[in-house]
Amino acid sequence: MAAFGVLAEYATPADLFRACERVREAGYTRWDAHTPFPVHGLDRAMGMRRSRLPWIILVVGLGGAAGGFVLQWWVHNAAYPLTISGKPHFAWPAYVPITFELGVLGGALAAVLGMLGLNQLPRHHHPLFEVERFSRCSDDRFFISIEASDPRFDAVATRQLLERSGAAAVEMVEDPA
Amino acid sequence: MAATEERDLYDPISGRPALILGGHDFHSITEAVAGPVEAKTPPAWWLFFLPSLALLGLLGVAVSWLFWEGIGIWGLNVPVGWAWDITNFVFWVGIGHAGTLISAILFLFRQKWRTSINRAAEAMTIFAVMCALIFPGIHVGRVWVAYFMFPLPNQMGMWPNFRSPLLWDVFAVSIYGTVSVLFWYVGLIPDLATMRDRAPTALRKRLYGFFALGWRGSNRHWQHYEVAYLVLAGLATPLVLSVHSIVSMDFAVSQIPGWHTTIFPPYFVAGAIFSGFAMVITLMVICRSAFGLERIITLRHFDYMAKIILVTGTMVGYAYGMEFFIAWYSGNPYEMFTFQNRALGPYAWAYWTMITCNVLSPQVFWFKKARTSIPILFVMSIFVNIGMWFERFVIIVTSLHRDFLPSAWGYFRPTIWDVSCLLGSFGLFFTMFCLFVRFLPMVATAEVKTVLPGADPHAHHPGAHASAEQLAEEGAH
Repeated sequence: MAAFGVLAEYATPADLFRACERVREAGYTRWDAHTPFPVHGLDRAMGMRRSRLPWIILVVGLGGAAGGFVLQWWVHNAAYPLTISGKPHFAWPAYVPITFELGVLGGALAAVLGMLGLNQLPRHHHPLFEVERFSRCSDDRFFISIEASDPRFDAVATRQLLERSGAAAVEMVEDPA
Repeated sequence: MAATEERDLYDPISGRPALILGGHDFHSITEAVAGPVEAKTPPAWWLFFLPSLALLGLLGVAVSWLFWEGIGIWGLNVPVGWAWDITNFVFWVGIGHAGTLISAILFLFRQKWRTSINRAAEAMTIFAVMCALIFPGIHVGRVWVAYFMFPLPNQMGMWPNFRSPLLWDVFAVSIYGTVSVLFWYVGLIPDLATMRDRAPTALRKRLYGFFALGWRGSNRHWQHYEVAYLVLAGLATPLVLSVHSIVSMDFAVSQIPGWHTTIFPPYFVAGAIFSGFAMVITLMVICRSAFGLERIITLRHFDYMAKIILVTGTMVGYAYGMEFFIAWYSGNPYEMFTFQNRALGPYAWAYWTMITCNVLSPQVFWFKKARTSIPILFVMSIFVNIGMWFERFVIIVTSLHRDFLPSAWGYFRPTIWDVSCLLGSFGLFFTMFCLFVRFLPMVATAEVKTVLPGADPHAHHPGAHASAEQLAEEGAH
């Protein structure tokens, strides 16, 4: 079995925050923090870039709105031009509500599916799930994992870094795959 | 209890009033919320669930008979072609709106008190929209051609009329339902992971685990997650305002006196929020005492919700008055007649029930004693629910029943099947809500944890013990 990496456990968000700054300063790139709730400011402490998700949502949302408008135009002007209560076929103000609604639908679907896609979820198997203490990650404990695939990873030095970062416990994690 | 609340009233760091009482820490929040879901089913749950299920059965019977026999089983006539069916539809859509207001609009305004109630309120929204969607579906009579409502290519080469508010409504309500489910589910993912990680049985671990999608609390995931949640809130906010506006256009775009007014969209939205908050109070009063969540859903939460009820109730009262003013100011005899008839005609009893429940009764919430008294809140919330059902009944039926010519006047009386459909929809709503509180965490624990004082990484958690090394490091600085 190959090593997945090292996992360190912290008691409070404050401990985790300081440790993340240290790991970032040590130059690691393939590592992560695990918390039961989003910790304010942790993105910056970890040196993460902004999410690309808003752009995906914008494009798909506008696409939904444009599709909605074109659908209504096509139905009333090409596919089935029927005069009802004397309204013009290209009654664009009447197309506004459904254009808006389909834009919202596109944006919402893009937000959820885009979030799952960028996070590479669903993924029901992960080496961290094999670690017993990690089950408290969704309750009241805070973790840092540094992966063995990180170019700076060293079985001894990385472990020492985490041990000196205020961790309550540090352990090696195997990759069962 | 009063003494404890006095001590816990203020957050030790921000100095602001504390949102969660009773010295909760991260773990005790998990326990308080997940514990009841994992415990044995309390007998009182069956007391709520079985009657609800019986009413759901009644809905099944009523709808089956409706499909077999047609909408003639209802008390509809000429000129009253819409009555309880559309009243129930608008009533249930309106109930849903408070859930979205709490989850989306209060989120955008950073009203952190919402975190204790948003999960249950969003669930309420979804179940209310389910109830609402039944009625336009079944009121068409020939349900087997209900697919005409959707722009589906068909052998007749026929397409729906997108210039009609009735079709806007189909899109608005179904997309509202879809977005509400997405928003609710995204919020549930971290809590489903919590349920998975502490599941007492293998079956539960698999089921919760399946829906938790392998969530592992990664900060690189939280980043995208928070963006998605924020954008969903940003999309749901104009969406919810548009939905009841569009519902109101089902009436306002028509030429019927009493319906054809420009005040309808904002007036309907205010009414929707008003009725929805009343339903949230009804449900939360029961849930917090049934599941011992008094320190998470506190009197402060009820105080805030009662204030919103007072504000929106008064806005609705203003709209009632303004409708009369505009009817008089328009100089239109049909318009004036409709409103005189509404207040003094054969349906005056319904009109004054509405005014009493919606405008007069919420005025007790000017007093803090009433806003923080559970019995008064509970009774008032029921009054508001009754009043808002009557509001829709008054708008729909009083505007229709006296047509332009006296020869076309009529009076609507509900049949047993009208009553069965209404009671049955409550059965569906409460059955779903009972299942929700039994199997899913009814408070968003991941969110509630973020409003605890210890969640801020730059604060000293009063409950946590600093490690020796950490103290040494601070001494060195």
